[in-house]
Amino acid sequence: MRLSVLLAAVFAAGLAVPVAADEIWVSNEKDDTISVIDVETLEVTRTIDVGERPRGITFAIDHSVLYLCASDSDTVQVIDPETGKVLHELPSGEDPEQFVLHPDNRHLYIANEDDAITTVVDTETRTVIAQIDVGIEPEGMAVSPDGKIAITTSETTNMAHWIDTSSQQLFANTLVDQRPRHAEFTLDGSELWVSSEIGGTITVFDVASQAEKGKIGFEIKGIHPDRVQPVGFEMTKDGKYVFVALGPSNHIAVVDQKTYDVLDYILVGRRVWHMAFNGDESLLFTTNGVSGDVTVIDVAELAAVKSIKVGRFPWGAAYRPTN
Amino acid sequence: MRGAVICLVAIIQREALRFVSQRGRFLAALVRPLVWLIVFAAGFRAALGLSIMPPYQTYITYEVYIVPGLCAMVLLFSGMQSSLSLVYDREMGSMRLLLTSPLPRWWLLFSKLIASTLISIVQVYAFLAIAALTGITFPAIGYVLVFPALLLGGLMLGALGLLLSSTISQLENFAGVMNFVIFPMFFLSTALYPLWKMAEASTILRDICAVNPFSHAVELVRFALYGELNAVALLWVLGAFAVFLAGSLWGYDPARGMIRRKA
Repeated sequence: MRLSVLLAAVFAAGLAVPVAADEIWVSNEKDDTISVIDVETLEVTRTIDVGERPRGITFAIDHSVLYLCASDSDTVQVIDPETGKVLHELPSGEDPEQFVLHPDNRHLYIANEDDAITTVVDTETRTVIAQIDVGIEPEGMAVSPDGKIAITTSETTNMAHWIDTSSQQLFANTLVDQRPRHAEFTLDGSELWVSSEIGGTITVFDVASQAEKGKIGFEIKGIHPDRVQPVGFEMTKDGKYVFVALGPSNHIAVVDQKTYDVLDYILVGRRVWHMAFNGDESLLFTTNGVSGDVTVIDVAELAAVKSIKVGRFPWGAAYRPTN
Repeated sequence: MRGAVICLVAIIQREALRFVSQRGRFLAALVRPLVWLIVFAAGFRAALGLSIMPPYQTYITYEVYIVPGLCAMVLLFSGMQSSLSLVYDREMGSMRLLLTSPLPRWWLLFSKLIASTLISIVQVYAFLAIAALTGITFPAIGYVLVFPALLLGGLMLGALGLLLSSTISQLENFAGVMNFVIFPMFFLSTALYPLWKMAEASTILRDICAVNPFSHAVELVRFALYGELNAVALLWVLGAFAVFLAGSLWGYDPARGMIRRKA
């Protein structure tokens, strides 16, 4: 009897809640909006108005809220993903561009491009707990999987700055090639990868020693090397691939995470910038700024399958599971 | 009825035999689109990608764009070549022999069309196989669905060849066909450039491309390769086929056609 009631309840619940597909949220820099893409149908289902010049975009670890850098509004907006309403704003310092959420799901590390500082914000008390002086025009932000190290890269100083998160102090600075844009730790925390837009390379560091371990260059047949500018990149959790956005060369490079060999180049839209995987990492969504669309890549096939029109100048992307 | 089928099979066999014995022709039919694919596409080099247009879902390189046009090019050349062979047949007298068959004239000509189209489709598939080796592939279903598109396109272009052959009295005149039919048809079509690109150059060029039946054969093949049907292109190809076939039947009618004047 009890079982049948339970089953009925589960069945009723199943009927009541329509099974929504997972989503990719894309920040449109010029439109001041977010486009929400349905991962199943690959169509835009919602467009949400947000603050001025939205760029960095990330969900809380439990996906309960969305954090968004509204660069020209000089604030980080906290958005309810169900309703799309701005719940409140966080102090962020001037011109926040990129940020990263600490694994404690509480502290945001924000790069303030105009002020040459990294701001640490407590999302619960909504206060700034530290401001760390870094190089000029900080942009790329990363935090190690164990949460002990945060990284800021500075575009003009051409450095990766290593921050000890327990003391909020710099403990190392390492040179990279010209105009570093983005940084990521490998899943095991042993390596740090930093992309250099003008240098056209990715530098790989050994985290324990902060020593350079490898450098990856890119070359696309028929495209002038000046256009090949590595910007955002994403690593697969299985340790197989790194997908690197090559800006105005309109291609994504596929790099072997272990050997650092470039395996393939995939044609996408104009000036590809950042990207996000879906939940099982079968699809990759790239933001193409100039063409105003998002290209979907089939990860198993390493092939572009569709490009979806979004707002003007899509910048960042983040994945949201809905079930 | 049985006689008609025997006739069709016999004509196909004759065409196949002729095709097999002419290895140079097969090679030429393969090399021509490959040269275009490798040399022309390499020169154009849209490595940064072409804008999205149906049936494409995302950005493509020029090599990918040009392949359906080159498939249709194989059909076009083959259609013209079979018209050349008809002129030859007529000069040699074997055409007279064929036309003395008790079967209706339209069936004989239609059989001839089917035969030469099937041969050209074999060439198209060979070309698609080589294109696949160079990394230009299509969805699996596209390779199946392209068959009816190729058949229709081939019949339409074959009928055009038939119509032309009824007006050509001597083999030497075939050079004129090259200049005044094949080249304009190929270049003023969507085979090499999409319509929007043509419109950038001139709207008149765009309009010519848009009414060129060869453009519609190319688009029919292009959409079919991606598992889609382009209904407008289908209607254009069917319409053009009907017109060309009717014209060639008239042309080959000894009572009225042009053949009589030349005989």
